[in-house]
Amino acid sequence: MSTAVAEPQHVPSGSQVNYLNATYGIKSWLLTTDHKRIALLYLASITLMFFVGGTAAVLMRFHLIEPQGALVQPETYNKLFSIHGIVMVFFFLVPSIPATLGNFLVPLMIGARDLAFPRINLLSWYIYITGAALVLYAILTGGVDTGWTFYTPYSSTYSHTHVIAAAVGIFITGFSSILTGLNFIVTIHKMRAPGMTWFRMPLFLWAMYATSVIFILGTPVIAITLFLLGLERILHVGIFDPAIGGDPLLFQHLFWFYSHPAVYIMILPGMGVISELVTCFSKKRIFGYSFVAFSSMAIAIISFLVWGHHMFVTGQSIYTGLVFSVLSFLVAIPSAVKVFNWTATLYKGSISYDAPMLYALGFIGLFTMGGLTGLFLASLATDVHLNGTYFIVAHFHYIMVGGAVMAYLGGIHFWWPKITGRLYPDLWARIAAVIIFFGFNLTFFPQFMLGYLGMPRRYAVYPAEFQVLNVMSSAGASILGIGYLIPLIYLIWSMRYGPIAGPNPWGAKGLEWQTPSPPPTENFEEIPVVTEEPYNYPGTEVPARG
Amino acid sequence: MAAHSRLHDPHAAEVAHQFEDPEQQREADSLGMWTFLVTEIMFFGALFASYVIYRSLYPAAFETGSHLLEVKFGATNTAVLICSSLTMVLAIYCAQTGKSKSAIITFLVLTMLLGAAFIGIKLHFEWFHDYAEGLVPGINFNLAKYGSGVELFMVFYFFMTGLHALHMVIGLGILTVLVVMTARGRFSPRYYAPLDISGLYWHFVDIIWIFLFPLLYLIGGRYTHGGH
Repeated sequence: MSTAVAEPQHVPSGSQVNYLNATYGIKSWLLTTDHKRIALLYLASITLMFFVGGTAAVLMRFHLIEPQGALVQPETYNKLFSIHGIVMVFFFLVPSIPATLGNFLVPLMIGARDLAFPRINLLSWYIYITGAALVLYAILTGGVDTGWTFYTPYSSTYSHTHVIAAAVGIFITGFSSILTGLNFIVTIHKMRAPGMTWFRMPLFLWAMYATSVIFILGTPVIAITLFLLGLERILHVGIFDPAIGGDPLLFQHLFWFYSHPAVYIMILPGMGVISELVTCFSKKRIFGYSFVAFSSMAIAIISFLVWGHHMFVTGQSIYTGLVFSVLSFLVAIPSAVKVFNWTATLYKGSISYDAPMLYALGFIGLFTMGGLTGLFLASLATDVHLNGTYFIVAHFHYIMVGGAVMAYLGGIHFWWPKITGRLYPDLWARIAAVIIFFGFNLTFFPQFMLGYLGMPRRYAVYPAEFQVLNVMSSAGASILGIGYLIPLIYLIWSMRYGPIAGPNPWGAKGLEWQTPSPPPTENFEEIPVVTEEPYNYPGTEVPARG
Repeated sequence: MAAHSRLHDPHAAEVAHQFEDPEQQREADSLGMWTFLVTEIMFFGALFASYVIYRSLYPAAFETGSHLLEVKFGATNTAVLICSSLTMVLAIYCAQTGKSKSAIITFLVLTMLLGAAFIGIKLHFEWFHDYAEGLVPGINFNLAKYGSGVELFMVFYFFMTGLHALHMVIGLGILTVLVVMTARGRFSPRYYAPLDISGLYWHFVDIIWIFLFPLLYLIGGRYTHGGH
């Protein structure tokens, strides 16, 4: 069996054999069932997709420098924002932290040798690659112009672009999310090391668990929805097209039933990362462990009850809107609990400003802004004014880029020494983090103002009075783009030339830091026994719970 | 999907490297299948929800559409599937209590025959017939005769029963693998997890049909005189 390739049974104690050099050759990677190698396969794939989606964003921002449009035809502009949205949401943000850091860390953090189903894990990567290939095919052969939301009846009847190829790609990729979520749930339930009780788990794992719940409950619904969309487009039956008896609102209900929870698929893992970073770089126990843990679960559950806030102005009844508005306000509570608890963790901590911590602090600020502006949009009256404007664009980019991407980069920088066994140049990393923070704000803060002033999103042209703010935003995007390229360069550089990291360069708690860097294929020579609370940093120990 | 990982494992009777002991492996496999079935419920759930919405939008057309289906075939298939669940359970019971290989294989093959009978009846007596009547949306639906509401019903009928039949076909594939594994003597009262979790899957597919049958075949007060 080929699967045996990457699995040496005994890693001799104290040797240099690790998961990276245990076997060589392209086959040993493409047929690996090692969760750490699969994490790296995902890392390479989603990085590629990130730069595909990023390129579309750069072209859009360049186009918007001039009111009448500086670069492309309006039709092409429609394709650019559609490609940007589809690629970034379904092929970067959704898999980002779970498929890379989650795959790498879940078994390490609970003290297991691998995920419960290693081959299913590899299968999920191949499924992802298949879906991504289809979407890239759709892009290269002419693109899609429906937006990432595929609203009907435009997508099912009127669009003349590669809707089917893109939808099938997303449909297929959904199964990789489902399989990853299934694997994490079973692994976290059944594979914890002796002594690793639920309340001794790092908070990253609670976040992964909550995310997995959304994966398995939400993803099937978007799959069926896209399938119905495809049916209508191919067979011309009236499922969603009102002209032939369908109900376009149903599409939006089904779409957002997945896609709103999907927002929490993107941000919950980031919150898990931040809990790890804030504790490590304050050298302090987390403030209110169980509140942070349960707030992840609360967010996952409430996230399924708020989808109608995307439809306040699309014709659902005012009473439905009211209920969805209230529920949307509710989801702010567990999110705020997390922010307050991270802040309280910082209080009187021994804070060090290493690069991962800069990302974490950036996350807390930007996520707070993204979250608070979300409340504007959850209020019925203000939403009528702001809906469909750049205010929305700014709001969700503060969550998805200021939140999710910052956390992703913070996590990559935090665990990079564990993943590769090497350190990256610290100064460059801090510089890049600061550049990204400022570039981000310059890009998206003006968009809040543009939206408030009434500039609609998704238009290739705009009135001349909005030009100053648009130029600011485009200038910020250039800075942001450079900020993203710098880590790409020094992280790749560090894989070969970086100083040896050692098992625990940050002095962090957690099982993953007790095994060599990079870890051996079997993760631990002996399955560890856990005897203490997480984040039990010296000097801040708290008596056991209860 | 958990089933697949175990089914294709050449060392199924041993403990895979990531597990500490057979008990942990068995529990993980079982939970994996249950989790997978939850995703399946959401899959069909989206369809059931859409069905309910359109039925409430077009009650008359959905009743007309339902009356175009042959209850006797749907009812026969319901009975066939329930029997197949019984034979599946008996196969597992035989493995659990250490009965002979041939007993397990007999019940597995019976399950497969019943499953195949279901698909045969569906295909031959129902779908072919529907095609002849011009009831297949997108292919030959007679819009002038039946109208767009009935077409919508037929979309859901074919999509839901088609998705269900696809699950049956996958189930037959799983059962084939189980027969081979049994013949090779893989199972014992100590180890029969693949049978157990494949059984979960098979029962789930049955249960889906138990909901599909009344929703598709029995609506519209067909047997109550003067029904609405």
